[in-house]
Amino acid sequence: MNEQEITGPMSLESLQASVGVRTGRTHILTILVENKPGVLSRVAGLFARRGFNIDTLAVGPTEDPDFSRITLTVDGAVHPIDQVTKQLHKLINVIKIRDLEPGEAVQRELAMFKIDADGARRAEVLQIVEIFRGKIVDLGQLTIVVEITGTSEKIEAFEQMIRPFGLVEMARTGEIAISRGGTET
Amino acid sequence: MRAVDALMECLKAEDVEVVFGLPGGANLPTYDAFYDAGIRHVLVRHEAGGGHAAEGYAKATGRVAVCFGTSGPGATNLVTPICDAMMDSVPVVFITGQVRTDLLGTDGFQEADTMGMTLPMVKHSFMVQDAQDLPAMIHEAFHIARTGRPGPVLVDIPVDLSKDDIEYLPRTEVELPGYQPIIEGNQRQIRLAANALAHSRRPVLYAGGGVISAEASAELIALAHAGSFPVTCTLMGLGAFPATDPQWLGMLGMHGTRAANYSMDEADLIVCIGARFDDRITGKLDEFAPHAKFIHIDVDPAEISKNVPAHIPIVGDAKNILSRLLGEYRATEADPARLDEWLERIQAWKDKYPLSFADSEDSEIKPQFMIQALHEATGGEAIVTSDVGQHQMWTAQHYGFPAPRRWINSGGLGTMGFGLPAAIGAQIGCPDQMVVVVAGDGSLQMNSQEFATVVQEGLPIKVFILNNGFLGMVRQWQEMFWDNRYSHVDLREHSPDWVKLADAYGMKGVQLTQKESLVEDMKAVLAMDGPVLCDVLVSREENTFPMIPAGAAARDMVG
Repeated sequence: MNEQEITGPMSLESLQASVGVRTGRTHILTILVENKPGVLSRVAGLFARRGFNIDTLAVGPTEDPDFSRITLTVDGAVHPIDQVTKQLHKLINVIKIRDLEPGEAVQRELAMFKIDADGARRAEVLQIVEIFRGKIVDLGQLTIVVEITGTSEKIEAFEQMIRPFGLVEMARTGEIAISRGGTET
Repeated sequence: MRAVDALMECLKAEDVEVVFGLPGGANLPTYDAFYDAGIRHVLVRHEAGGGHAAEGYAKATGRVAVCFGTSGPGATNLVTPICDAMMDSVPVVFITGQVRTDLLGTDGFQEADTMGMTLPMVKHSFMVQDAQDLPAMIHEAFHIARTGRPGPVLVDIPVDLSKDDIEYLPRTEVELPGYQPIIEGNQRQIRLAANALAHSRRPVLYAGGGVISAEASAELIALAHAGSFPVTCTLMGLGAFPATDPQWLGMLGMHGTRAANYSMDEADLIVCIGARFDDRITGKLDEFAPHAKFIHIDVDPAEISKNVPAHIPIVGDAKNILSRLLGEYRATEADPARLDEWLERIQAWKDKYPLSFADSEDSEIKPQFMIQALHEATGGEAIVTSDVGQHQMWTAQHYGFPAPRRWINSGGLGTMGFGLPAAIGAQIGCPDQMVVVVAGDGSLQMNSQEFATVVQEGLPIKVFILNNGFLGMVRQWQEMFWDNRYSHVDLREHSPDWVKLADAYGMKGVQLTQKESLVEDMKAVLAMDGPVLCDVLVSREENTFPMIPAGAAARDMVG
């Protein structure tokens, strides 16, 4: 909202409006919702109706069983975020929305990779897993399953490293985030 | 008691005086409860008729209306009125039956995913999963429909749960942590707006349906008079400012007056109150009001800067904000003489471009003449409902609404067949007022089954068909923009004999064809007891002008 100072005689020319700006960065929206049926489809539907792409989406319980938290990421370079945020606020089951600035929040994502790792290449793969502080959660004759936790960038970096060895399957949770320090998310 | 009996108690607690609906398999328990609940129920002939009747009731009275339907086709038939109510912010609670919980999702008989299919077009919706929750849901539904920006709320009740025995504790207070509409406008923003108004030299007040929803008409008039501000209204806002007032510019937008559209085009400051810069208002968005700064007052924050960036946004209730804005504006002691030049320029437009039409030289009735005649015959005092198309625009242009809640039509969704059922609701809500329908001969056929409801309820509604034998607005566009290729718009040959149709329903029917006696004939119709269907034959190929062609700028109006 505009909050201009009213000082002396004003001119209409000095009034500024800013809106619908594409911010050019990824936004992490963390949405606190009532834990009621249909809430997720209401939220997702809002994005779908406007042709917005949700990049990642994670839903889970919070410290209070009556509420759930939806964390979703949207590309602000492609879509104006402010309009969709206002629309989300209109949903009756939505309690709170925060558009977390990257600096003020901690983000994590979990991913699992099933990788071809037979014979000679296995050692090399394990070395990369070690560097990324990944965990082996399944070990087979031909494949291994690795768990990586971190920011999306770290997970993407690991994916790139491991792809040449033969990435069989990948599953990602989507980012979740929580604000740093004493401020509420 | 049974959940459905508790439902009846809830309706009584909400002071519901009437519900509109149609029974079916999945709401049989509800209708069993209606049998001796002592609530007036109006049986409609199609759920869409029930939904639009509820809308008409809500628009005429400002109260929350209630509409019942069954599952499956009952619910799909309600989709149009639900969407219509969403687009025009009409407070209606829709209560639908649903198949048994053990059949949900199995394609059971008359099953439709009512919640799912209406999700994008409700203000909120509830699906009962535990019958004990039903009373709270009903009260929440009324609260949500009524407050903030009004809108439709759906409650879907599986039939087995509706028979469950529950403990009913009377209470109407609601707990909705995620829903706190902003009512009070920000004081600083209001002062800023007053200041901007005081410094403007070419201001326009642009009011929409939100002024009517907020019952803020008196405040709008007071502000306009205090500052000598010219006023225009959207299609939904007509009546919020009296059409007889010298400061009235006429409706704006696609079929608005030149005075209104040229004023917007040259304004330096536009105060939008409870309107949403719809594409029918702005035309080509890039060239809309190119010199103006915008003050946008709306109870819905999501409307602010949605289409046109607001320089001074004020979120809150229009009544609250306008009355305070008036006080702040008075305090600026702005010099009224600064507007002299502007008001002269506007007067010149009004003089040069009045709403006019070339009248026939014989006794043929021009549609514009018909609306002016209706104004004269009713003394301008009727509640007028309409369908959608040319007749709707002519009525908006030529009837001249003196007060709010007199003009009831489908603006956002543009639903043909709206007028007749809406009149049923309006007449039931306002039994002492004159209710007339201006219907299109195309539109009326979309809900003509509701004549049965009119007769059943003994409603003295007078229906005037503006009969040109065409889907007139489509024909006009085909003439103007599609090289006269009239594709599937001629209805004349296979329309019903309306007088006989009226007779078949047990109501009076008359046909009017003479211009000279039209006003007197209309007066005679209005004086008749009970409902009358009045078929008025008008010029077939008259166009609705003036007009901003779709996607053009206001200054490029034609006709």
